[in-house]
Amino acid sequence: MYVIETDKLTKRFGGFTAVDRISFRVESGEIFGFLGANGAGKTTAMRMLCGLSAPTSGKATVAGYDVYRKSEQIKKHIGYMSQKFSLYADLKVWENIRLFGGIYGLSPKQLARKTDELLHALHLDGERDTPVNALPLGWKQKLAFSVAIIHEPAIVFLDEPTGGVDPVTRRQFWELIYDASARGITVFVTTHYMDEAEYCHRVSIMVDGRIEALDKPPALKETYHAANMNEVFQSLARKATRGGV
Amino acid sequence: MKQFLSFITKEFHHIFRDVRTMIILLIIPVILIILFGYAISTEIKSSPIAILDYSRDNVTRRLAEQLQASEYFKLYRTAGSYEEVETLFRQDKIRLAVIFPAQLAGAGEPSIQILADAANPNEATSLIQYATAIISTSDIAVSSLGAEVRQPGIVPAVNLLYNPQMKGAYNFVPGVMGLILMLVCALMTSVGIVKEKETGAMEVLLVSPLKPVYIILAKATPYLLLSMANIAAILLLSRFLLNVPVAGNLILLVSISILYALVALCLGLFISTIANTQQAAMLLSGMVLMLPVILLSGMVFPVENMPWILRVFSNIVPAKWYIIAVKNVMIKGLGMAFIWKEAGIMLFMILFLIAVSAKRFKTRL
Amino acid sequence: MKALRYLLEKEFKQIMRDRFLPKIIFIMPVLQLAILPFAANFEMRNIYIGIVDNDRSVCSQRLTGKILSSGYFKLTDISPGYEEGLTSVEKDISDILIEIPAGFEKDLGKEGKAQVLIAANAINGTKGGLGYSYLSTIIQDFNSDSGYGVRTAGSITSKHLYNPHLNYKNYMVPGIMAFLLTLIGGFLSALNIVSEKEKGTIEQINVTPLPKSLFLLSKLIPFWIIGFILLTIGMIITWLIYGLIPAGSFGTIYLFAAIYLIAFTGLGLAISSISSNQQQAMFTAFFFMIIFALMSGLFTPVSSMPEWAQKLTLFNPLRYFVDVMRMVYLKGSRLSDLPVHFFVICLFAIFFNALAVIGYRKSN
Repeated sequence: MYVIETDKLTKRFGGFTAVDRISFRVESGEIFGFLGANGAGKTTAMRMLCGLSAPTSGKATVAGYDVYRKSEQIKKHIGYMSQKFSLYADLKVWENIRLFGGIYGLSPKQLARKTDELLHALHLDGERDTPVNALPLGWKQKLAFSVAIIHEPAIVFLDEPTGGVDPVTRRQFWELIYDASARGITVFVTTHYMDEAEYCHRVSIMVDGRIEALDKPPALKETYHAANMNEVFQSLARKATRGGV
Repeated sequence: MKQFLSFITKEFHHIFRDVRTMIILLIIPVILIILFGYAISTEIKSSPIAILDYSRDNVTRRLAEQLQASEYFKLYRTAGSYEEVETLFRQDKIRLAVIFPAQLAGAGEPSIQILADAANPNEATSLIQYATAIISTSDIAVSSLGAEVRQPGIVPAVNLLYNPQMKGAYNFVPGVMGLILMLVCALMTSVGIVKEKETGAMEVLLVSPLKPVYIILAKATPYLLLSMANIAAILLLSRFLLNVPVAGNLILLVSISILYALVALCLGLFISTIANTQQAAMLLSGMVLMLPVILLSGMVFPVENMPWILRVFSNIVPAKWYIIAVKNVMIKGLGMAFIWKEAGIMLFMILFLIAVSAKRFKTRL
Repeated sequence: MKALRYLLEKEFKQIMRDRFLPKIIFIMPVLQLAILPFAANFEMRNIYIGIVDNDRSVCSQRLTGKILSSGYFKLTDISPGYEEGLTSVEKDISDILIEIPAGFEKDLGKEGKAQVLIAANAINGTKGGLGYSYLSTIIQDFNSDSGYGVRTAGSITSKHLYNPHLNYKNYMVPGIMAFLLTLIGGFLSALNIVSEKEKGTIEQINVTPLPKSLFLLSKLIPFWIIGFILLTIGMIITWLIYGLIPAGSFGTIYLFAAIYLIAFTGLGLAISSISSNQQQAMFTAFFFMIIFALMSGLFTPVSSMPEWAQKLTLFNPLRYFVDVMRMVYLKGSRLSDLPVHFFVICLFAIFFNALAVIGYRKSN
């Protein structure tokens, strides 16, 4: 069963083709790494899948729903964590949890239970009443991730979730991702840390709006005769004509 | 210097990319001039009235006709009862009602009644005056109501100085100039700088080798130019649309405008050192800068009638001094000798604001 | 629908935690109602007058005495001749100049006719015009007192309804309250959604299945309630400072305010939805606000505008609400007197909110 399927999905802004006929499938429960240099079109592709941006052409379904006609249905089954931290900075930790839980239709009882569980799992029990903007960046990111999956979605989209975070916290973050995956949540994650790419079940590498490679990390390393994912990435990204590497 | 230029270019791109804001900024002065020039007035004409005529004879019919013939009134309805008149007032359909009693002619009879909606007292007073004059001086009133024409007495001859056609333009054009310069220079600058503070871009700029003073200058230059474009547009409109030419020295007028624009920029800068969010900057600019310009500069309302505390306060409103100077140069055609005081006050304001802002700027860093 | 409760909780917490908003919500009505009516006043007192009396007769002194005791004028200059008098007008020492020629008393006695010259600084049309018309009235009075001019038919009486003491502030205050609600409803809501866009938090909302009408409703309701609080504070201040209470019913005022606030908050939200940053939203809101304010009859009467401008005011929601506030406050107008106003404000409410819903896109 595939939770994401795209066929020649394309997005153009005027004469600029940000995403150029990408086709791929993501299996249920998979951790799918979506790699590419800055400006390669990762975020645009992800926004189309989340229903934040309408595709120019091509086909795509997410959780079995068409991105053109059923984007509101899709939204019931996905979680999203954007590149830019986007919880409410002036609300307290528990208030953010309560707000998004409430929006996804959790009952007051579920909300109370979820809040406790979540704070406990993040070791944030003492920070319940802290305004979110007072938290260190790493904690904010973990909180944002937990809030994004508060409704146990089928898929969670993570757009560079670990940008600017120290290695220890990144490690902890990936543990959260594995936990989610173990519960059956499909994880679709963009990153440009190549060590993180190794943690994924499968990765795709985008160059100039197109998917240039898609496979399991070991298979990619073999194909490109590389010792690690970084070399794989370098050999592909060298072809790029746009964006900065 | 090259850095500085490239920085200014960046600011220009930044500002001109937002097409909608640009259009609004260029259109606002045009709309203000048109509205003030053609739409805003307190002159009374065609006020709707009702007539309630219990007598229905030739005299009252003739009087009613004369009221209608006047440019001040137009008949909304001939009312059938006093209650109807009251309802018409309550529904805001009429401003004035004239009630003729059943018996008019002859002494000791009930009088003609004029009722006015005095919610707006000025309008009501004038309307009553006009109606009384029309009725009492009409030929039919003289012949049948006992009015009497005597020797004329004192006859005033009137000379309306500077503005023989009583054009409002002479008053509001300088006001609009004061308002627009404040809007573009102070409001835009303060919000622009605070925005950089909010997004954190300010920090990046401040650690760059550019001195803070250049950063501020670079931010201010586009707005200064934009505001001068606005002034040019206003002067052209007032010359060719309203036929209000610049009577005095154009260079002097432009210089005084630049001086005022600098005051406005300094105010914007000062506000940006106080406010931390764009909303706060905007509300502060709106309440502290814009409202006083509209209210206390004498643009719409005469300052002389205000309570002394407001009159005293109006002295620290830069627009007041600017508008006085503009009126002197643009309309009265006076020279530098008549505006040195205003120019001096504005110069002092600039120095004061720069000193205060610089102090706040430093302590913050 | 259940999500609305959580969204409202969020909005109220954010508003209460803002450093400026709660203060402004309280300070604004106090400041505006305490200052504006005094400033926005067309009553002319203290018109500066310069007098050139070349006759220096009993008669001329009687005239100048009458002028100065009228309460409208303040003597600021006595010049020996017309030229000197003009200089004082030029220097703004006086606004209006009256010259009584030599031989004034003699002419008046002999020929029953004498001329005086009035020169008014007409740069400010209102001031020049009013100063001149006050002077003419005084001269007319002088004439009829001394047995000249037209003796008017004595059988005309006049009455000032609704504002017998001719208090201009009573006229301005209800209108200013209407303007106040417009400012808050329009500006704050215009900045609200777009500030979530700038911060990026709106993305997180847009990926949820939350219907956009519900999100907009959660933005509208807080401003609606703030509007009510403002209106109530405004009415209390009005009563305290000016002793003014509505002649009509509070119910009518609140009913109209309720619909009007929905309309104007809708406009603010629509502006917010189609703007990409706060600066843009602010200027768009400012643009509408300044046109609405000038074309509403708040400061100058709509009936004094030319035909085309009067037609334009029909598309101005503020015009209807200013009317309503003044009519209910001063004339005691009832809902049954205001069917057109009611209907039109309802239309605006529907129209603006429809715009907001259409303008707000969860995806682009």
